[in-house]
Amino acid sequence: MERGDSERIEITISSRFENIELVQVIAEHLCENAGVDEDGSHWIGMAVREAVANAIKHGNKLDVRKKVNATFELTGPELEITISDEGEGFDPAKVGDPLNPQNLMKTSGRGIFYMKTFMDQVHYSFQSGGGTSLVMTKNLTRGSGIASTKA
Amino acid sequence: MRATSRTSGNVEIISLDGKITIGAGDTQLREVITNAVSAGKTNILLDLSKVTTIDSSGIGELVGSYTTVTNRGGKLKLLHLPAKLNELLHVTQLITVFEVYENENEAVASF
Repeated sequence: MERGDSERIEITISSRFENIELVQVIAEHLCENAGVDEDGSHWIGMAVREAVANAIKHGNKLDVRKKVNATFELTGPELEITISDEGEGFDPAKVGDPLNPQNLMKTSGRGIFYMKTFMDQVHYSFQSGGGTSLVMTKNLTRGSGIASTKA
Repeated sequence: MRATSRTSGNVEIISLDGKITIGAGDTQLREVITNAVSAGKTNILLDLSKVTTIDSSGIGELVGSYTTVTNRGGKLKLLHLPAKLNELLHVTQLITVFEVYENENEAVASF
């Protein structure tokens, strides 16, 4: 597959942690097929891992009857990933900044931070009847967000 | 994840092998550290060279392990950080918390 092509992949999983890797692997392979190097594909895959883990744990609260849906849409160099769950949603503003010194030693609260680091945009939306959708976008011609934080 | 332990002087060297991720290696890591501390081993060197994957839950457990050991008057240090784990600790500024070594003898001598 060459850049400029379009691709759409969708997968629905039950809320089990062991299914996270299925979605992560799809993300990594899609990126590698689109010409992203191994490291860049890894970091996008990790953003997906964090998003799916949050959907299973915090969204669907480990209820295996509830599903997590992942959609990957590649249009030219633009990758849009949507992760949806059947949970009640949350207020993203209440998630603390893990770089704040008072949060540094907390054992949780870094998932969204990693997503924002690796992707260009991360946006949550909440359906009135329940369910949360997370949309992450990445221009695949740009480097991984993590590279720009090293300096 | 698999964990194997050996002793060098007054330091317990725990080698972790595999994934430290949500629902799997993260809880195992907690058990390994809790068991070591309960056995009175509070100078702990975590060899991470064979860690293949880690996520935010695994990073959180590393932080929790550090706190558990420190609260018991001990020290927890890291050996042989894989490159991607190193990056994850850098972006979250946790690299400022952990003492990290590339040489085992130097690490053991630092306790």
